[in-house]
Amino acid sequence: MTAIPAEYGLVLASVLFMLGLISLLIRRNIVFMLISVEIMLNAAGLAFIVAGSRWGQADGQVMFLFILTMAAAEVSVGLALILQIYHQLKTLNSDEASKMKG
Amino acid sequence: MSDLLWLIPVLPFAGSLILIVAGTRLPKPLVPVIGAGSVGLSALITLLIGIDFISQETSPVINQVLWQWIDVAGFSPAFAFHLDSLSLAFIFVITFVGFLIHVYSAEFMSDDEGYARFFAFLNLFVGSMLILVLADNLLLLYFGWEGVGLCSYLLIGFWYQEEKNGYAARKAFIITRVGDTAMAIGLFMIFKTFGNVNIMEIQNQAPNVWAMGSQEATLIALLLLGGAVGKSAQLPLQSWLPDAMAGPSPVSALIHAATMVTAGVYLIARTHVIFELAPTAQFVVGVIGAVTLLIAGFSALTQYDLKRVLAYSTISQIGYMFLALGVGAWSSAIFHFMIHAFFKALLFLAAGAVIMALHHEHDMFKMGGLRKKLPVIYWTFLIGAASLAALPLITAGFYSKDQILWLAWAGEKGNIWFFLAALVGAFITAIYTFRMVFLTFFGAEKTHVSHVPGSLINIPLIILAALSTIAGFIEVPHSFGHLQLFTDFLNPLLPATTMQPGIESTEWMIQLLAAVLSIGGALLAYYFYVMRPTLHTQIKSAVPQVHNFFQLGWRFDSLYDWVFVKPFVYLSNINKNDFVDWPYNSLVNVTGFISRMFAFTQSGILRWYLIGIVLGAILILTLGLLI
Repeated sequence: MTAIPAEYGLVLASVLFMLGLISLLIRRNIVFMLISVEIMLNAAGLAFIVAGSRWGQADGQVMFLFILTMAAAEVSVGLALILQIYHQLKTLNSDEASKMKG
Repeated sequence: MSDLLWLIPVLPFAGSLILIVAGTRLPKPLVPVIGAGSVGLSALITLLIGIDFISQETSPVINQVLWQWIDVAGFSPAFAFHLDSLSLAFIFVITFVGFLIHVYSAEFMSDDEGYARFFAFLNLFVGSMLILVLADNLLLLYFGWEGVGLCSYLLIGFWYQEEKNGYAARKAFIITRVGDTAMAIGLFMIFKTFGNVNIMEIQNQAPNVWAMGSQEATLIALLLLGGAVGKSAQLPLQSWLPDAMAGPSPVSALIHAATMVTAGVYLIARTHVIFELAPTAQFVVGVIGAVTLLIAGFSALTQYDLKRVLAYSTISQIGYMFLALGVGAWSSAIFHFMIHAFFKALLFLAAGAVIMALHHEHDMFKMGGLRKKLPVIYWTFLIGAASLAALPLITAGFYSKDQILWLAWAGEKGNIWFFLAALVGAFITAIYTFRMVFLTFFGAEKTHVSHVPGSLINIPLIILAALSTIAGFIEVPHSFGHLQLFTDFLNPLLPATTMQPGIESTEWMIQLLAAVLSIGGALLAYYFYVMRPTLHTQIKSAVPQVHNFFQLGWRFDSLYDWVFVKPFVYLSNINKNDFVDWPYNSLVNVTGFISRMFAFTQSGILRWYLIGIVLGAILILTLGLLI
């Protein structure tokens, strides 16, 4: 089994990251924005894995486990917040939820 | 016994503290018990110390240092009390008259919402006044001086819901402040000269430091006089006192007649050494007294409001005290202060009872015929009025005022003009006093009596009436009896007046003249207001300008309005956009602009923030790559 060159993995991670970022910027629905954030997190995790395999060390996988845990926590908090926002504002549109205007 | 001295001012302060902290939560009957009780205990201690004091052979001086107040670079005033015969006379009047007025207030104010607040302020006042007269240094004296000023302000504006009461309170505070500023400068100069502010040390050193009539002594004496003039409502700062009658009647009796307004007399008597070294300043004291007593007397003749008559008469009587100080009759001034405190407190309290009985009617021309309805008030008021008018032989006011008249004539520093002013003043006093009596208690009944005062009001009146009569017999003039208990009591402290040589024999003539004038004044008032009740309205309509001029207190308010208030308002209108404010305003504007810019970025739209984060990250990455 030949190793996949690190560049390929990194390019895939960047593409994933950019996709997540762009969808985060163009989406108005908060649920989709949360999903976009998940994609970006996974892109970052992929970059760690690739880097770990490139240098043959376990640090990258350890970092990915951290990211996984954090993502789970983030989703639970994020979903709870989304529920509250919907409960109070009757909308999931982030542009309409602009009560914090200074 | 003298160790208890510190308790005398502390007890009223403690009472005030309790009432301020817990006043509204205490059961109502307990409030006057604390309020009057604390002052009553002070009076009791004063009595014990007083007996101790008099029974000793050499007149003792009690010094009590409580603690060191300030100690900076040689300036070390202590929190210390000094009791001698002068301060004993004052604390006697303050605690005893104060106690009677507290008892009176227990009934008088009982329907008021601010019952506890009233007693708290009244106690605070008594405490501050006691500090003022017991202070052993001028700084502590000034502390008490400002304390009584504050209480005066609080109590004039006691019924603060009415706008004019608040106005009167501010007027009193601001006008006395003018005098206080002069006094403060005087104190600074005293400290600069002597290096300390202890009254006794200043008294001992002053004759060594200054020559007779030295300029510095004159200046300091005049500055101290400024403070005294403000507090004691003398010319030219007298115009606050008539308006101060906006406060409840017990306040007028205690603060604006019996005690606080005589603080100026106390100050001058206390620093009499300085005034003796400055004959010019002392002469000015006499002139101010003489002019004020006449001006206020004429104003009192034309007032409608019962309390305003009494207010002008207070100004006028303090004018007598200043006149006495001006001719060096120190102990006569203090004697007149004491007698005046008795009868003027009595008159104010009785007037308050009349006003309460008639549903807050102040206008004397709407009163009348109260002689039968309110017999106790009538008789006590009559005794007080007789004392104020100085009816001969039977009243205390005769003995104290006669002394001033005699010394204004016979004293070394007296002159014919002082004497004539005092004599004319005595005549006017008799007229306006009995005008008040006849209008209020004689003639037909014009307003129905709705409320007959109870025993808590009657008993203080009767005690004060007794004091207004018998207190005079401790000082009987040379021409019959010659008894000088009060003067002897004060003598080592306040020197006797030097007489012009060979004038003793004329004393009975002066007394006869004064007696004839006061009886004549009373009869004239009887003729005008009882026998020919229409005559005074005819006179009033014949010379309305003169009447209004006197009634408005010689238009001093308009004068000050023109000289001080109007130019000040005009100038401040011109400089409304003060150029000094410009840099500060610009600073505010710039800050406000930047703040608005930042607030604009706080749009509340989540995606704007995301773009911000992304752009920031790109910027930092770019910079990281470039550098």
